[in-house]
Amino acid sequence: MKLRIEPEVRPVVTSALALSGAVGVFALAFGVLAVGAGASVSQTCALSFFAFTGASQMSAMSIISTGGTVSAALGSGLLLAARNGVYGLALSPYFGESLGKRLLAAHFVIDETTAMMTAQTNPRLQKIAFWTTAIALFSLWNLGTLIGAVLGGSIDPQTYGLDVGFTAAYITMLVPHLRTKNGRIAAACGGLLSVALAPFLPVGLPILASGLAIFIGVTPQRAQASA
Amino acid sequence: MNMSWTLVIWLSIGAYAFKMLGFVVVGSRALPDVLSRCLMLIPAALLGAMVLNGTFTDAQSIVIDERAVGLLVAVIAAWRKLPLIVVVVLAATTTALLRTVS
Repeated sequence: MKLRIEPEVRPVVTSALALSGAVGVFALAFGVLAVGAGASVSQTCALSFFAFTGASQMSAMSIISTGGTVSAALGSGLLLAARNGVYGLALSPYFGESLGKRLLAAHFVIDETTAMMTAQTNPRLQKIAFWTTAIALFSLWNLGTLIGAVLGGSIDPQTYGLDVGFTAAYITMLVPHLRTKNGRIAAACGGLLSVALAPFLPVGLPILASGLAIFIGVTPQRAQASA
Repeated sequence: MNMSWTLVIWLSIGAYAFKMLGFVVVGSRALPDVLSRCLMLIPAALLGAMVLNGTFTDAQSIVIDERAVGLLVAVIAAWRKLPLIVVVVLAATTTALLRTVS
């Protein structure tokens, strides 16, 4: 079967697929780590299918894995999910469609689809970028999660250093946020707060408290000063 | 372990609610600049917390152990722009090996 794609559309589809492939590998890691943290294969897969927002899923599972409560895990997962609301605002003008289509598209409003869509210059390519990324990424994210979760069942988390596997995954996710000065300050303040408060708060809550570091964003111009 | 379906269900509902909030409910009205700047810093703050808290605390005490070395390896690997899976495997393996010898 040979697929014929117009030259204009090809680079969009290619980068959507490459991005989705990378995310699929990340999903594999999530699957292994989540099962290691005590989730069942079906709970792990349900998170990827219905919550479908990587960083939130990871943070919730890592709080569970360290013995935190469901509320603490949920709190940090939801805090991280809040930024999708901002993405929704950014993407909203691109979608003129019916409410039904918006409700469906909303599920796919995440870092990657936002980046891909806003990078395009004309409305047709924007649509193609959003939906190609959404479909490819959603498929591979869920496939990767399933494979990881199944494999993860045969791995003992402590022996294989899976707790540090979570941390390593966070570092790769953190890197893009360190490009701005505010991002670096927020990361450092959040990190220090979460360690400094650890002796005084129940497990999981220091992570939530680190959210206070976002108020660094109140100072305006620093956001532009990137290195 | 505290894992439960309650977490799965509420995280799913909450995540969708946030996505929809900006996309469907608020529509094309713009958010105040200050608010969106702060919201966009959430990942940086929380990921920073997850990295340091996950490495230097054990329950309610502050500790330095094998995980710190794993963190160092992960930072170097990520800085050298190695693929995610390599970063994860290197960091996890380093810590696992150190745990066996100590």
